[in-house]
Amino acid sequence: MKRLLSSALFFIALVLLWHFAVLFGHKSPVLFPDPFSVWEYLRTSLMDGTILQAAGVTLRRLLIGYGIGLILGIPVGMLTARFRLMEDTVGVMALGLQTLPSVCWVPLGLVWFGQTETTMLFVVIMGSLWSIILSTDNGIRNVPPIYARAARTMGAKQFYTWTRVILPASAPFIVSGMKQGWAFGWRSLMAAEIFVTILTGFGLGQLLEYGRDLHAMDQVIGVMLVIVIIGLLADKIFFSPIERFLHRRWGTGKA
Amino acid sequence: MSVQDELRSVPPAKLLIDGVTKDFLTRSGPLRALDNISLQINKGDFVCMVGPSGCGKSTLLNIIAGLEKPTSGMTLMDGKPVTQPGRDRMVMFQESALFPWLDVLHNVLFGLNFKPNLNSKERREVALFYLRLVGLEEFARSNIHELSGGMKQRAALARSLAPNPRVLLMDESFAALDALTREQLYGDIQRIWAERQKTIVFVTHNVREAVCLGNRVILFSPHPGRVREEFVIDLPHPRDINSVELAKYASRITRALRGYVDAPGTELGAE
Repeated sequence: MKRLLSSALFFIALVLLWHFAVLFGHKSPVLFPDPFSVWEYLRTSLMDGTILQAAGVTLRRLLIGYGIGLILGIPVGMLTARFRLMEDTVGVMALGLQTLPSVCWVPLGLVWFGQTETTMLFVVIMGSLWSIILSTDNGIRNVPPIYARAARTMGAKQFYTWTRVILPASAPFIVSGMKQGWAFGWRSLMAAEIFVTILTGFGLGQLLEYGRDLHAMDQVIGVMLVIVIIGLLADKIFFSPIERFLHRRWGTGKA
Repeated sequence: MSVQDELRSVPPAKLLIDGVTKDFLTRSGPLRALDNISLQINKGDFVCMVGPSGCGKSTLLNIIAGLEKPTSGMTLMDGKPVTQPGRDRMVMFQESALFPWLDVLHNVLFGLNFKPNLNSKERREVALFYLRLVGLEEFARSNIHELSGGMKQRAALARSLAPNPRVLLMDESFAALDALTREQLYGDIQRIWAERQKTIVFVTHNVREAVCLGNRVILFSPHPGRVREEFVIDLPHPRDINSVELAKYASRITRALRGYVDAPGTELGAE
């Protein structure tokens, strides 16, 4: 309760600061809108469904792309950790491509797939895949070998050992990689949506860019707020509970 | 098959180690860890293998467990060669190899998941039986990190007993514990050995501990690992590690061990 209160007070103070900055600043309200006009934009566009629709389009792209990233990344990470050949080939490639800022995939995606949903998915997958592979690989390498030996003496076969011992044992690493992959995917999707206009769906990034075209700064800032809130909710609703669970089980994260 | 059948003690097994030699490849060439070891371990024996580090006693335990293959020679369990790990020979490891992502109960259940003749309710009953046996039934739902060192070893013991093995292999299981906790566990393991009728092979570098637990103590010398001498400890169980007769045995064995290990810097634990 106390924590909630301090959070609330902080954000109220932030909004007030913003309000006074606009009041006493010398910028035109067209360039630097008041919090209340941003609120007004958010309220009306929530009512008429613009924001929800755009958020829906964006989240759909993100979830599908990220889901593919996970489905590909975790098994590939397991393979690179297990086989020297995979480590020297796919592992090195993942390490290299992970250093590439994910927005760099946008031009390539555009040329290959045109102004389509596929481009959006491609960018999200390329943004999230490599860090998921690398953290899965790293997590598996950090599993104490004694766990697998113990499982073998208890009668576990290879497949069972991998799914019930090695994977859960590396869960703390895999989850932090999932989180990183999510963040990279999210950033690259926003970049792609701002760059690329496609007709099959109007996402948050496009709504933002559209606001700039119209010089509607209340829309630009309003959409930015929505993007921040989605990121925050993803963390609080999805990742935080998983991390809390892992901390409780492993007895970590108390410091 | 009912839970009662499952919980019934299975007859302990006889082990025959026949000319086992193990070489490891190291950067400086092959290293002989075990040199032509032959041992017979009878049904229901409590055998303690003692020796300084480098004498290959843990390697021999792993070979009996089926986790490692000997370079030559073989291990027979009741006449059948050991080729791979099996639930008839459970290992209780040096460091606690408990799984931190499972609670105590599910750690014990892990080895029971491979018993097809039990349903999940029966498995649970079996697991709880062994948790009771080691005095941890109240901690079934605890996370591993919430247990003390001694409780972790008890949980590990329950986990290795749960599949009802005929041989229990223990690799310096109590080495990391404080003296008081260790003494409690000496009592527990002697009680469980008597109640559950297991053949136990116990590896340690602590002579006192070996004399307290085993009815046979086998001395190993290092570089390469060889069996040197065997002592039969003719004292009734349960034994108290602080008793005078036990100390006499221990000092005799320690003296013998010193004779084989005159190299300076070799660790010898006689505490």
